Amino acid sequence: MEIQDLKNVGAQVRRDIIRQVHSSQSGHPGGSLGCTDMVVALYFNEMKINENKNAEGFLEFVREGMGEDLFFLSNGHISPLFYSVLARRGYFPISEMSTFRKINSRLQGHPATHEHLPGIRVASGSLGQGLSVACGAAFAKRLRKDDRLVYVMMGDGEQQEGQVWEAVQFAPHHKLDNLIAIIDWNGQQIDGPTEKVMNNLDLKAKYHAFGWETVDLDNGNDMQHVVESLKEAKEKTGKGKPVVILMRTGMGYGVDYMMGTHKWHGAAPNDDQLLVALNQLPETLGDY
Amino acid sequence: MKKYTYTDKKDTRSGFGAGIAELGRSNPKVIALCADLVASLKLDTFIKENPERFIQVGIAEANMIGVSAGLALSGYIPYATTFANFGSGRVYDQIRQSVAYSGTNVKICVSHAGLTLGEDGATHQILEDLAMMRAMPEMTVINPCDYNQTKAATIAIADYEGPVYLRFGRPVMPIFTADDQKFEIGKAWTVNEGKDVSIFATGHLVWEAILAGEILEKEGIDAEIINIHTIKPLDNEAILKSASKTRCVVTAEEHQLNGGLGDAVCQLLSRNIPMPVEMVGVNNSFGESGTPAQLMEKYGLNAKSIVESVRKVMARK
Repeated sequence: MEIQDLKNVGAQVRRDIIRQVHSSQSGHPGGSLGCTDMVVALYFNEMKINENKNAEGFLEFVREGMGEDLFFLSNGHISPLFYSVLARRGYFPISEMSTFRKINSRLQGHPATHEHLPGIRVASGSLGQGLSVACGAAFAKRLRKDDRLVYVMMGDGEQQEGQVWEAVQFAPHHKLDNLIAIIDWNGQQIDGPTEKVMNNLDLKAKYHAFGWETVDLDNGNDMQHVVESLKEAKEKTGKGKPVVILMRTGMGYGVDYMMGTHKWHGAAPNDDQLLVALNQLPETLGDY
Repeated sequence: MKKYTYTDKKDTRSGFGAGIAELGRSNPKVIALCADLVASLKLDTFIKENPERFIQVGIAEANMIGVSAGLALSGYIPYATTFANFGSGRVYDQIRQSVAYSGTNVKICVSHAGLTLGEDGATHQILEDLAMMRAMPEMTVINPCDYNQTKAATIAIADYEGPVYLRFGRPVMPIFTADDQKFEIGKAWTVNEGKDVSIFATGHLVWEAILAGEILEKEGIDAEIINIHTIKPLDNEAILKSASKTRCVVTAEEHQLNGGLGDAVCQLLSRNIPMPVEMVGVNNSFGESGTPAQLMEKYGLNAKSIVESVRKVMARK
């Protein structure tokens, strides 16, 4: 897909995020907006997924995903982004986004398999677990001689969870070179800037020390750079080491009053704020 | 009282080792994972015969559960193994989110459960795991009674699609169940038919219940003994049927009184046919170092305690 087309998808996804969070008056818009460009690039440009359609015209979802690239969202609180991308990619009706975080919905506050929402392979939300699951899936792909890749996204605040480092240690030991982790390094977490809450220090040096290949993505909100970083990461796979993309993003990117602050990590806009936000985000593909 | 004899004694963990070794030969989807306790979990044969299907995770149990979930959603049947203490409380949230809530087909197989771990002491003697796992939606909880039953259960759970917590232990115990038994999840096994009292026992306490039955027989008490190897789902039908006949119940488990088999049985009975119940288990305390026999005696988890509980409950009828 052309860069401009990816940007157009991104603009619509950002509208979807704001509208979902506004409608339920809950959720996490900040990180969702910041990671939009990467998740759009993955699903609309980079990843090979099963393009078969079911009787209703939606993408056929097979949980095992053999022959497909897989994506795991470990920082599950950015679920409105995940749901928008999955719906826009064709996994389920875009109208279903209106049920986000509401009773009897498949779009739970945090991603879940329990209600059988197509596109979700494992529940996430309790932080620190996704990299381990992705390691298992990557191990399985190798055993089954499936040469597709496993992607997993984590937050930078999430790096404070001990389990992350168990998995960071595991992947190089078992030479999982079909695994690409992406860290949303926005420097913010719910209680404030990460350097004040719990300083991550030099994530690049840490991952190097644990035996990973690293890719710097200095602007994760520039689609051209995002696409190039994924290409660079892919070129580093298959060489005995897992790869991590250290992605610098702006929390809340795309909505001026949400940008660069932790205050919109887990807060919903009111009606007036919704209008201000939507005025900044062009409706490119049609609202749900 | 039906006579139970044995010619051999083995640990239940060796039953697990034998079971997973057999699965290694018969089921190519089975993968074993271990957190630095290969010898304790008796995985040597499986690893020797299937090196590519063994994953050493190091001392990192949380990661082991997550990796297992990833393997399971990719079509494998992972057996995640460690001590019961590290495979339950330590990783409760990982099991909850990545396994039970996500519906991944992970088998959590844990050894050294309960007081019979012995000398290592209370840090390792988990007595709350059945309660934790019972409380978790969509989890199956199994606690077999001897080597043969543990082996059979290990093999049987591979054919069941869904998360399982399989609990076994370290001490050498009489082998008194059949080596060709068919293990049915959720189906209680009547060890002895009787009419005066129902003894529902699980794990290592089943053998103690048999010893208790022999003592009671000499006193003219005809005890019905039922092996509840599956704590969840509970065999409601078998329990209600037996209790309806005997009208009084004793439960026995190597676990806290809170939240284990006894509580499960009481919940069932109180909602259907309330009657006197006495419970044998650990009463709201941690364990300590000692030999398994000393500990079971000190904490009241043996035939003698079961006999006393039977007398007590029969007096309440």
